[in-house]
Amino acid sequence: MRTLPRTQHILASGLVAGVGLAVAYLSYTQEPRDAFLFPRLISTVFVVLALWTFGKAVLGRTKVGNGLTGAELIRILPGLIVALVLVYGSAKALGFYTATTGAFFILISLYDPAPHGALRSWVRRLIVTAGFWAVMYGLFAVLLNVFTPREIFF
Amino acid sequence: MEFLAYFGDVFAPVNFGLLLIGTIGGLILGATPGLSPTMAVALLIPFTFRLEPAQGLILLGAAYTSTVAGGAVSAILLKIPGAPANIATTLDGHTMAQKGEGARALQLSFLASAVGGVFGVLLLIFLTPVLAQWALAFGPSHLFWLAILGVTVIGSLDSSSVVKGLLSGCIGLWLATIGFDDIMGAQRFIFHSSLSGGINVIPALIGLFAIPQVISMFAKGRRRLDAEVLSVARHPIGAAVREVFGRLRALSIGTITGSIIGLIPGVGGQIAGLVAYDQAKKLSPERAKFGTGHSEGVIAAESANNAMVGPSLVPLLTLSIPGSPTAAVLLGGLLIHGIFPGSDLFDNYPDVAWTFINAMLVGQILMCLFGLYVAGLAAKVAQVPNNVMAAVVLGLAVFGSYSVQNSMGDVNVMMALGTGMYFLERFGFSAAPLVLGLILGPIAEANFIQGSMIANATSSVGAYFFTGGLNLVLIGIVIASIAYSVWMELRSRRVVTKDDAVAKAEAAL
Repeated sequence: MRTLPRTQHILASGLVAGVGLAVAYLSYTQEPRDAFLFPRLISTVFVVLALWTFGKAVLGRTKVGNGLTGAELIRILPGLIVALVLVYGSAKALGFYTATTGAFFILISLYDPAPHGALRSWVRRLIVTAGFWAVMYGLFAVLLNVFTPREIFF
Repeated sequence: MEFLAYFGDVFAPVNFGLLLIGTIGGLILGATPGLSPTMAVALLIPFTFRLEPAQGLILLGAAYTSTVAGGAVSAILLKIPGAPANIATTLDGHTMAQKGEGARALQLSFLASAVGGVFGVLLLIFLTPVLAQWALAFGPSHLFWLAILGVTVIGSLDSSSVVKGLLSGCIGLWLATIGFDDIMGAQRFIFHSSLSGGINVIPALIGLFAIPQVISMFAKGRRRLDAEVLSVARHPIGAAVREVFGRLRALSIGTITGSIIGLIPGVGGQIAGLVAYDQAKKLSPERAKFGTGHSEGVIAAESANNAMVGPSLVPLLTLSIPGSPTAAVLLGGLLIHGIFPGSDLFDNYPDVAWTFINAMLVGQILMCLFGLYVAGLAAKVAQVPNNVMAAVVLGLAVFGSYSVQNSMGDVNVMMALGTGMYFLERFGFSAAPLVLGLILGPIAEANFIQGSMIANATSSVGAYFFTGGLNLVLIGIVIASIAYSVWMELRSRRVVTKDDAVAKAEAAL
């Protein structure tokens, strides 16, 4: 169990160090020079701190952060996938209200402790979802007058 | 006494209505575990677009004040702090509720919050103009160092790891440079068309504060909330008033501790309650009663939580340097209305600034009055299951970030930053310094460039930025805050960091 967070820390800090190095490389190579003066300054500090963190992770001396367990990842993944599909796909393709209401229903069903076999709990989920849709439509379409993408549905 | 000239504006029908909505809504949101004051204020920003600047700020300020106080409801009745700021309240407040003294605990909590909050806002009223006059002497080099100070102080004091806190600040400063450079018009780090206009602060704030919370709720899985709401018996309000003012030592310790902590950028309300509780316990002749349902514990913790609200806005309103994540969100609320806080805020927008501050003062009283009546409803809302809360917050985050400028790119950025932040937090990185970096980055860069131009025309860049009394004082504070945090981290005695204090207190519950 002790090696899992260490490997994760190496991956996470390695990723941050990689971003830092890329930012520093771009800052020092892009033109015009004056536009990258401030990014050069901060990217230098960024790289130093990121490499320090990466070095500590490699040596196994990271003390802060528990990483993620496999069980946590399994619990997170379904919800995260629904959220990512909503934002990067269905909101634009189906329309904001349809996609968000659909995502809401899937999420409350996925994470509901109530039994999935009981008809009553499905009815309750549908009522809660309808309430959510009404509140969101009332707030954003009627009150704030935000014109969201309606696309193929609504 | 200029603030008195604008006091009547608070009672204009729309302003007062928004103050009521913000106060009552904030109390209910605050009682909901997982909805921190920062996240609640960030989610409310899109609702202020169509309001006048003062009206928008009244709503946000009232929500900020009352979410901090509302967190006490679930802390007392459910033993679940609404926000980390209310952890200390749980220690004695819930024990009182278990003994059938829930109403007394709630009354003491709201009354102490109001006393602390009023004192904190009065500090804001009297300190801000003085500091604003003083800030007029600040040049580009000073403002550059102040912006860096804002990031480093929060990076070092608010995080469990100094290096990771500062690194989070650097990431925020870098994110702020994405887009077109203001002076040369050059493209910088535009990897995707969504980023061509730079990163809009409001969707970024919503993403960084709301999405990690949503994913944390996913991580709890299909867990049923098994907290029992304790019933509240009647208790005479007059007795509670007499008790609060009878416990003057605890009240003054909480109020003064909270005010001082509020003035220190980066420390914030998360630890104000815990530090005040600890001090009140040490200085009380009845210290053995603490933890057994002693009223002094509730009074000290809650007066401290709300006393820090006003002072935490002093650096924001005078120097444009938000001293806390919630102040950073409020800065976002100001910027979307085209208002740049700073030394000239009270000259250019006295009506907006004073109406906002006065509304916070009146809001403290309203919060106390309504708190007692809304407590029962708030405790019920606090029982909303995790799955519903996560889905509601996700929906609000998506719609809220889209409504900023009707851009799907903003929603994409919001989600990407929020998801990334959740994973970074799991490895010890912190959202607060990242947000401060994102907000203070443009201020730091503009003053750095301006200072460099002045330096090239007069002296050297090194001499301009590293000499002069004020520059040296600011550099000294930057170095001292980092050195202090490193020293405390090395000695493993960093009890004043938010994460440690929260973890220790949660372990004690």
